[in-house]
Amino acid sequence: MTAIPDVESLLARMTAGLSQLLADGSNEDALLVGIHTGGAWLAERLHERLGLRTPLGTLDISFYRDDFSRKGMHPEVRPSRLPLSIEGRPVILVDDVLYTGRTVRAALNELFDYGRPASVRLAVLIERDGRELPVAADVAGHTLTLGRAERIKLRGPDPLRIERSHVDP
Amino acid sequence: MSQQIDANGQLRHFLTTEGLPPDLLNRLLDTADSFTGVIDKSVKKVPLLRGRTVVNLFFEPSTRTRTTFELAAKRLSADVLNVDMGTTSVKGESLADMLHNLEAMQADLFVVRHADSGAANYIADRVDDSVAILNAGDGRHAHPTQAMLDALTIRRHKGRFEPLTVAIVGDILHSRVARSQIHALNGLATGEVRVIAPRTLLPEDIESLGVKVYYDPDEGLKDADVVIMLRLQRERMQGALLPSEGEYFKRYGLTRERLARAHPEAIVMHPGPINRGVEIESSVADGRQSVILEQVTNGIAIRMAVMSTVLGAYHDAGREAE
Repeated sequence: MTAIPDVESLLARMTAGLSQLLADGSNEDALLVGIHTGGAWLAERLHERLGLRTPLGTLDISFYRDDFSRKGMHPEVRPSRLPLSIEGRPVILVDDVLYTGRTVRAALNELFDYGRPASVRLAVLIERDGRELPVAADVAGHTLTLGRAERIKLRGPDPLRIERSHVDP
Repeated sequence: MSQQIDANGQLRHFLTTEGLPPDLLNRLLDTADSFTGVIDKSVKKVPLLRGRTVVNLFFEPSTRTRTTFELAAKRLSADVLNVDMGTTSVKGESLADMLHNLEAMQADLFVVRHADSGAANYIADRVDDSVAILNAGDGRHAHPTQAMLDALTIRRHKGRFEPLTVAIVGDILHSRVARSQIHALNGLATGEVRVIAPRTLLPEDIESLGVKVYYDPDEGLKDADVVIMLRLQRERMQGALLPSEGEYFKRYGLTRERLARAHPEAIVMHPGPINRGVEIESSVADGRQSVILEQVTNGIAIRMAVMSTVLGAYHDAGREAE
């Protein structure tokens, strides 16, 4: 099993990647938006590290999932909060793991119900194999290939740690 | 298992608040809370029920209630069909035939309002497994979404139910709202539920539902945290149950003086439509403590929660098994 660097060093890499993104003048008033729950924890850390002046947003994509008709209502849906209008504003989505791409699809759908952002970028802690949709990360803390039965998840919020597990195929 | 809860503990119909487990009641309130963000978006919709069909089946006309169910369904992106049985001629078609016709149109949810107690249960027994029934008020029996929106309004203002004293004032005898409120509030472990009414407007067995009975409002309102006024239905006046509207207002109407008996931060609720000057003074209905319009807003969130719960969980669990 390949070792994954600790969350702190991955956060440092994400911070570096995002700083580069933000250095582009057109992104300076970008809104950082964390996807519940792991992405929201990370967005909070990144927001602090980057010293952003714009407030932090969160999205709960439960109402936009494509498996609602199979799994039903998620028991703990938190309200999405976008503190600024996203109309014409660059948005940076933050999530813990990029896997099938379905969460990002749902997040994009929800985001566009709030308005028309100037651009949307994606920053993730871990980018793994297994994409089912044409989605790619702009910033990734770490990239790795896992077995089909392997799952990876961010646990937290204090401390943040990465959990690997196996599921029955 | 009960008619409205399946073997997995999932809500399959929503017919009454009676006997609902506390965690289910709380989950409905939590789900309703999670929908509050929806109205902040420029597109005030979520795609949860996209492609589903909700039929409003109103055998008893009620524009207000129907409108909130319609709006809730539309905010969930469902298609909505309004069948107003009050004005549409039924052409001698039996209820069963009409239900099967609607099923054949692939309707997923019937919202039923009927003047007869037990109508929603009757229909739930007779529809196909793939259809969920939501009771929007049946006779004197139940009006569960009204009770839940009241509970949501109380929770948003007061937090926990355990320390609260809730007083329900008015025509308890004919009120499906009161019955559903009592079951919901007791299910949510409310500290004390009081009913305040003249003897002629109280059912005999009311104490068995877990309430304290008061005939004198000045006594019953003392230190209440929540005051719920019920609408006095004018047609009840004919049955010699009450002397006159004026007399009722004098004895039971919520005036500022009377409200002062309750806790200073008490909230005042009313399911609407209000009879100003009959059960409540205008200055109280529009006053600082009134949360009557919030109830309307919360009604949409609660109906969204119930619809998405019965259509999300039960419905498709059933379909997958096919």
